[in-house]
Amino acid sequence: MSTVTQLQNPAAYWETEPHHHPEGASTNIGFWVYLMSDCLMFAVLFATYGVLHGNLAAGPGPKDLFDLELVAVNTAMLLFSSITYGFAMLRMVKGDKAGTLKWLAITLFFGLCFLAIELYEFHHMIHVGAGPQRSAFLSAFFTLVGTHGLHVTFGSIWLITLMVQVSKFGLTSANQRRLMCLSLFWHFLDLIWIGVFTVVYLMGVI
Amino acid sequence: MRILPRLARFLALAPAILALAACKMEVLKPSGDIAERQKDLLLASTGLMLIIIIPVMALVVLFAWRYRASNKNAPYNPDWDHSTKFELIIWAAPLLIIICLGALTWVGTHLLDPYRPLDRLSASEPVTEQEPFRVEVVALDWKWLFIYPEQGVASVNELAVPVNREIEFSLTSSSVMNAFYIPAMAGMIYAMPGMETKLHGVFNNGGEYQGLASHYSGHGFSGMRFKTHALEQSDFDAWVDEARAHGGVLDRPAYLELEAPSENVKPMTFAEVDPELFDRAVNMCVEQNKICMAEMMALDAQGGTGLAGTINMAQLTYDKEIRRGLARPVFGQEPFMVTSFCTPADSARMFADLRETQPVVRVDQTPMRGMALPRPENRLGLGMNMPRLIQDARRPAAENQL
Amino acid sequence: MAIPTNVETTFLLGRLNFDAIPKEPIVLATFVVVAIGGVALVAALTKFKLWGYLWNEWFTSVDHKKIGIMYMILGLIMFVRGFADAIMMRAQQAIAFNGSEGYLNAHHYDQIFTAHGVIMIFFVAMPFVTGLMNYVVPLQIGARDVSFPFLNNFSFWMTVGGAVIVMASLFVGEFAQTGWLAFPPLSGIAYSPWVGVDYYIWGLQIAGVGTTLSGINLMVTILKMRAPGMTMMKMPVFTWTSFCTNILIVASFPVLTMTLILLTLDRYLGTNFFTNDLGGSPMMYINLIWIWGHPEVYILILPLFGVFSEVTSTFSGKRLFGYTSMVYATVCITVLSYLVWLHHFFTMGSGASVNSFFGITTMIISIPTGAKLFNWLFTMYHGRVRFELPMMWTIAFMLTFTIGGMTGVLLAVPPADFVLHNSLFLIAHFHNVIIGGVLFGLFAAINFWWPKAFGFKLNVFWGKVSFWCWVIGFWLAFMPLYILGLMGVTRRMRVFDDPSLQIWFIIAALGAVLIAAGIGAMFVQFGISIWKRNEPEYRDVTGDPWNGRTLEWATSSPPPSYNFAFTPVVHGLDAWAEMKEAGAARPKADYIPIHMPRYTGTGVILAGLSTICGMALIWYIWWLAIVSFLGIIAYSIYHTFNYDRDYYVPAEEVSAVEKARDLQLAQGA
Repeated sequence: MSTVTQLQNPAAYWETEPHHHPEGASTNIGFWVYLMSDCLMFAVLFATYGVLHGNLAAGPGPKDLFDLELVAVNTAMLLFSSITYGFAMLRMVKGDKAGTLKWLAITLFFGLCFLAIELYEFHHMIHVGAGPQRSAFLSAFFTLVGTHGLHVTFGSIWLITLMVQVSKFGLTSANQRRLMCLSLFWHFLDLIWIGVFTVVYLMGVI
Repeated sequence: MRILPRLARFLALAPAILALAACKMEVLKPSGDIAERQKDLLLASTGLMLIIIIPVMALVVLFAWRYRASNKNAPYNPDWDHSTKFELIIWAAPLLIIICLGALTWVGTHLLDPYRPLDRLSASEPVTEQEPFRVEVVALDWKWLFIYPEQGVASVNELAVPVNREIEFSLTSSSVMNAFYIPAMAGMIYAMPGMETKLHGVFNNGGEYQGLASHYSGHGFSGMRFKTHALEQSDFDAWVDEARAHGGVLDRPAYLELEAPSENVKPMTFAEVDPELFDRAVNMCVEQNKICMAEMMALDAQGGTGLAGTINMAQLTYDKEIRRGLARPVFGQEPFMVTSFCTPADSARMFADLRETQPVVRVDQTPMRGMALPRPENRLGLGMNMPRLIQDARRPAAENQL
Repeated sequence: MAIPTNVETTFLLGRLNFDAIPKEPIVLATFVVVAIGGVALVAALTKFKLWGYLWNEWFTSVDHKKIGIMYMILGLIMFVRGFADAIMMRAQQAIAFNGSEGYLNAHHYDQIFTAHGVIMIFFVAMPFVTGLMNYVVPLQIGARDVSFPFLNNFSFWMTVGGAVIVMASLFVGEFAQTGWLAFPPLSGIAYSPWVGVDYYIWGLQIAGVGTTLSGINLMVTILKMRAPGMTMMKMPVFTWTSFCTNILIVASFPVLTMTLILLTLDRYLGTNFFTNDLGGSPMMYINLIWIWGHPEVYILILPLFGVFSEVTSTFSGKRLFGYTSMVYATVCITVLSYLVWLHHFFTMGSGASVNSFFGITTMIISIPTGAKLFNWLFTMYHGRVRFELPMMWTIAFMLTFTIGGMTGVLLAVPPADFVLHNSLFLIAHFHNVIIGGVLFGLFAAINFWWPKAFGFKLNVFWGKVSFWCWVIGFWLAFMPLYILGLMGVTRRMRVFDDPSLQIWFIIAALGAVLIAAGIGAMFVQFGISIWKRNEPEYRDVTGDPWNGRTLEWATSSPPPSYNFAFTPVVHGLDAWAEMKEAGAARPKADYIPIHMPRYTGTGVILAGLSTICGMALIWYIWWLAIVSFLGIIAYSIYHTFNYDRDYYVPAEEVSAVEKARDLQLAQGA
């Protein structure tokens, strides 16, 4: 309950100075919460894969379909892109606009390589008759890996948008905040991919 | 306006009808031991909860009245907001009730598990050494098929069972999920395509009881009811004889015809049934050449069939899936099925193996002893009621045959 | 059967053609009425030149108060639709005896009970609850708006988009005939080939995006925007329950979204997640959907527990008893709500140990719930209970909800559930807790916060008429269902053959009619109050008509767009009660400019495009789906190029508003 001093001083109950929430403090935590909800979507997909991965419907299994070397190259692409995004953020902190843009472009290149290889893999599997319709295992596989791929696609679109904005408006505080969010998103996708690589590919083949 | 006198007459009759309806509380006045014990548990739980519910409701009324704003005589403590004593009571009282109820639940759930063979026929009658009476149930669109494997007959939308004998239902469904429910005998259990569920029950009194589908299954769901006749053994034998005399053969083509959607189907019987039919229905391989689930699972357990597994498919020309409309997903392929690898001899052996009934394992009668209960074999959550065919599929013998 | 089995698709309209318009007389009549009403509304808005006002002041608004009110209006409109479905079901079941087929065929009836469930949960209860949290939470924590005001507007319009899709199914095509959770394989393409389930999927999916985003928004708001001094354990209880609700939303709606995506893939691409054949597992859908579905129940009820806490303490003129245990109880319920989902399908045959585990976890939830009830009880104890409408609803809730809670625990006992599952007993139970808990709570909340939102109180007489019609109507409508459940009558039946059941259905139908009267009385109550809003007995000039205890009562009714000219500083629980006690008057000079977000039409446009995209996907109009989807992406990118999103309310304007309020207060005194 209130003390005597507060009783005598009504001003203790109202903030007469401008009340300011630091710009972007909410954005950061908000984006984290969003990522956690996205993570939950992947959790559902992982769980689904876990339940269905043995249901081959008398069709081909992981050993017949996965090419670990290709996937290793693919993983390397994504990991590289995470590192180069990190370099871009380092340049951003230094206020180096050109450097930031350069590293973002390299990140985008690696991201697109990743997508290309994944599309090639999908195309190959569908071509040999192991499309997502063939069995529950393949449905779960295509959906889990495909959802990750879609995230990378949208990340790439976002990346391009940000590159345009940075080159147009410079490293303003709003743009820095956005780069920070995309950075979280990009590393998050990397993390998910580690899970995919382990659970789907490694455990499937080994 | 003509409806008014009718309404008046109806209302005049209402008390009589209400009284009549009160006797029809099948859940509270069942005719089978399992339902009877389920009812006992229901009443016991209600009683336990009323211990706390009634005082709470009384106190709500009492406090609301006593501390009404106009009653200036009642004490008023606007800052009183904590009392360790009260807090302790308000957490402990529900906790104690729930501990009792939890114990009751744990034991009751195990004793009345629908998968569990009966341990008594009624409060006064122990279970006999006799094998349980087996009925195989298939939920079709939208009628029930009952197969009597020992008698070799089948019926649709009409169930006849001997009274005072343990009944073991094996259930499955041909298309969508459903639930099998005879309120007077025992609780309900889902019937699901590609799975086999079990229900044990007994009728202690003869008579005619309602049975129904209790899980919504589509257009004709409301009409999926059947009469259950609980008959003395002699009457039951007569019923079987009549069914045999009536003719009709339920083989695989006849079944495929029967499972096509139809509504409000009149009861009918079949004198002869393909003995593999139920297992084929569970394994979803009544159609010619279609692979059985058991075979599929055995192949999957070996790691599939490799890239060869992408060509062992055939168009579905005669499958139930297309009976309710155009089944083709807009971006997908035409519906297809996987063809069987088994030779007829192989599948005959597989089904013989599947049909082999396991001996009934009963537990000792010592009341409420947790140790006496069979150990749960199911994994948590998913895949929990994969039927015995998984075990069969995993049995090495079954694999060798393939 | 009315289901077209083989529909030609065209490039321009997909599978939409003239045959898709239902010809059933009931639907046609409804369509005519809705069309006339719609045309009249549009004409009136045009005649009185209100479009500009609506667009500029409401549709594009990012003000949490206006968005909150719009959510409530959406809920109210959809409530009328959902209730119409309920009345139709009651009528059908009351007459379909003795060989009568009733007046609804199976195709129509099955859509009605599906639509009733979907609408009542997703488009009535959810908007009501979200609207309430949106309106009250920022005020209670002394904030000027939510953390992401634009996102708030977007979330609202996505919810509207979902509602529009579900409503469209009434007049174009069909709705799902699967029950409100659309269990496969019935909801798969093989057994529900036409558009019904697609309407269901896209309606929920679009609204679900809105709900998830709004959950993130409010959660962050509560974490980051609290007034100085308001620690977590000094937050009002309603804010606490809202916080837990939003955690539940963020942690469960993604599961629904993903589950529906998998169902969509099954239906559109022919994958095998939930099919019978080729390794699919329908049981997995049922597990997944209830992993969302059970927390959803608590998403609905928790905020209302908060409302009851606020109302009981305010109208007992007393601090809330056991604030700390109330908070812990809320958190307990939040966590436990994830551990009980399997109790929705004991009858699937999961085995005795699994069943009893989930049965017992379910019962454990009743402990914190019971503790809450006791806390309200002891809040009244040694209080001065004023029987205003909100308090009446609260007491009705306490008496009704205990019964609903009891039957709930009963259903958690697996052997009892084996006989009561899917029966009308179950229906009676969840209506008992949802009507007795969520709806009664909403009515308490509406009567409680209406003066805050609009500056005048609601009519008491018609409020009481509505109250008694509702409470009696509820018992009359659902007690027979409990009894029918014990007679072994199961749900979703369209016709019956046992004539002795009819009397109970007739009683239930009469109860529904009484509830209809209650709804009517509520609309009369709103109408009269709005009509007489300037009369002194309605007008609230103080901003604190109930002698409230929390910060929302510290500002004017209705609050200015910036809520508080000066941010309040909090020292303890019940901040406003403390301020009043301390005589801490508002500073009346030296106003400063206030930083506020700008209104934007982006939310409306993006949600509109999403709705179009959803409709195109339902009807297989691919060109439109692609165009609208690209539109969404392009417009989102375009929106990010707008850096000018906020402005300052000048000090003079603040001063003028606050001066007007001083004047009003002086007049009122």
